[in-house]
Amino acid sequence: MTEALLIRGGRLVDPVAGLDAVADLRLARGRIAGIGPEAAERGDREFDAGGLVIAPGFCDMHVHFREPGHEYRETVATGAAAAAAGGFTDVGCMANTDPVNDSPAITTHIRRLGQEAGGARVHPIAATTRGMRGERISEFGALARAGAVAVSDDGLPIVNPAVMLRALEYSRYFDLPVIEHCETLELTGDGVMREGAFATCIGLPGIPSASEYLAVERNIGLAEVARARLHIAHISTARAVAAVARAKASGIRVTAEATPHHLLLTDEAVGSFDTAAKMKPPLAAEVDRQTLLGAIADGTIDAIATDHAPHHEDEKCRSFQNAPFGIVGLETAVGLVLDRLVRPGLISLGRAVRLLSTGPRRILGLPGGDLKPGSPADLTLLDLEASAVVRPKSFRSLGRNTPFGGCELTGQPAGVFVGGRAILRG
Amino acid sequence: MRHLLRIRGLPVGQARAILDEAPRYLDVADQPVPRTPALLGRTVVLLFREPSTRTRSSFQLAAKRLSAEPLAFASASSSLSKGETFLDTARTLAAMAPDIIVTRSRESGIPELLAREIPTASVVNAGDGISEHPTQALLDAFTIRRHRGRVRGLTVAIIGDLLHSRVFRSNALLLTMLGARVRCAGPPTLMPPGLERLGVEPRPSVEEALRGADAVMVLRIQHERMHDSFIPSRREYFHEFGLTEERLRPTRDAIVLHPGPLNRAVEISSAVADGPRSVILEQVRNGVAVRMAVLAEIARGRPRGRRRRD
Repeated sequence: MTEALLIRGGRLVDPVAGLDAVADLRLARGRIAGIGPEAAERGDREFDAGGLVIAPGFCDMHVHFREPGHEYRETVATGAAAAAAGGFTDVGCMANTDPVNDSPAITTHIRRLGQEAGGARVHPIAATTRGMRGERISEFGALARAGAVAVSDDGLPIVNPAVMLRALEYSRYFDLPVIEHCETLELTGDGVMREGAFATCIGLPGIPSASEYLAVERNIGLAEVARARLHIAHISTARAVAAVARAKASGIRVTAEATPHHLLLTDEAVGSFDTAAKMKPPLAAEVDRQTLLGAIADGTIDAIATDHAPHHEDEKCRSFQNAPFGIVGLETAVGLVLDRLVRPGLISLGRAVRLLSTGPRRILGLPGGDLKPGSPADLTLLDLEASAVVRPKSFRSLGRNTPFGGCELTGQPAGVFVGGRAILRG
Repeated sequence: MRHLLRIRGLPVGQARAILDEAPRYLDVADQPVPRTPALLGRTVVLLFREPSTRTRSSFQLAAKRLSAEPLAFASASSSLSKGETFLDTARTLAAMAPDIIVTRSRESGIPELLAREIPTASVVNAGDGISEHPTQALLDAFTIRRHRGRVRGLTVAIIGDLLHSRVFRSNALLLTMLGARVRCAGPPTLMPPGLERLGVEPRPSVEEALRGADAVMVLRIQHERMHDSFIPSRREYFHEFGLTEERLRPTRDAIVLHPGPLNRAVEISSAVADGPRSVILEQVRNGVAVRMAVLAEIARGRPRGRRRRD
């Protein structure tokens, strides 16, 4: 960005400063340059943000872009465009590409693809272990220098506790968070949805909640021993949330994220074998959902992340048991949070911004998450009154697999500024 | 009736209509030429993606006795057992314009998928994964009704592997829908949570489930359950959970049902299986009649000569 821009009349929401007021915001040289009536300078271009909320740029710390390897599902470019359209300025993309992102070359490649895409910023998350095989840890130092913001074997849990312990210990030197997909494969077995009355009723193999809980407890225990930063991906059950709350209270460096679908849906959404409701961890019971809602409100959960997992239509158009796990989320998350969480008063707008911006940025060590002068000019614009129906066919993402198709959501992302560059909707 | 996908969602009136019609088809079997023209000129495809002899033979015989042309499309040995090719299989089938597709699959939910992908055909579920086996439940209810004169008000005990049993699930739904009390018992490892939601009463022991039962349904125990540590051994299963004359004695005069094939001395003793209360072979005979009633009921709802678009 060359010239300065004055964003006029927007409602600025900065949960770090405790700010929620209509004020002008000035951007210059890719940074926030000033705030308030004195911010304007002669020669500024102006942007009328009347009626819009201006928040620090949202960051989805958990997405799957399928490049390299499965570009028919999603490329870095389509993913970055979907993220920007969905109101995100930054995303953390997981390592389960083909080949796996376990080398600086692939990390650099993904970053470059992200820069060329011109959408949201793409931050690679490198594999914790080589080839995501759970056997030998990857080169965290080289990966961090190439731009990896975290390590994770997401999609697969690290089975061997010794490998997990070493990964956590080693990560400390580079201050990289280890993001773990907490699942106990032996307990998951051939399960495809949450074990419970609904699975019993319709006859699908169930995944017990102990599959997640046991892994969460084990990994918290290892993080305590290693004095390392552990981030629990897509937490979904009440017992796992309680474990995180206990760990936080005793000073263990653990953080957690929840997805919009786990916050809003239960196992009943499987309905009549709907593969758009098949993901890992599976949609849980109402008591789990209520616990998650409490935990995003009280700060036990630090971030809302989508686990955006695009699949091709043909792949999801199989029997429930044969269809792949995962749903897309980048272009529905913000609308869902605003319509289903903020509007009914389950969380405040400030809390939503914290969960979508400040929290995930801090975990990944990204700057911003606030509207302070000097912070990057990464902004998410929200129109709290705009209504839109979720139409998967018009997604920028190549993935159409969502259980929210047809939902009308009031409160929509209106655009983003990425480093001061506007990407506006409509 | 357009399809018979499962008992869940089946209107009770529809279930009763099938049970009321079935005796007619029992009579057909006793005719010198056991044929009736209800499905004359119709194509019934048997799409069985899992090994099955009895259900498949039963449907084949039912279709033949209704003068249809049964076509065995594939077995588990073909490339069809792979999920990847399923949609292409469905489309190939659709191009053959069958009237009725009878489907058996390893995975739950296949009947709905077929019904969606082949909008011109009617789909009958002959067992999908661990989910449902609606014609088995109908023939079981029919068998109980013939012996007890009714289903409403009866107490039925279902014993065994409730977790993996599509026979259990369909029976629980149908029998409670028809007004029976269903109690169940088995090893805790094979009793899934939330059974109450199916309308059944879980009991802590086989003996308690059997007390006062009018009918006892014994479920088949599969060998792989031992490898998965659900049960320690067949010997122990028989000793603790198997239906023996001794366990059956306190029940008044309960009839004994089993979907077959039998594992003698595992879930049921030979003395019970071959004894006076066993109606197991009758179930097989009734099965053909009930399946005829189902196919005929579906055919009635399908106007002839309109196979391309419905």
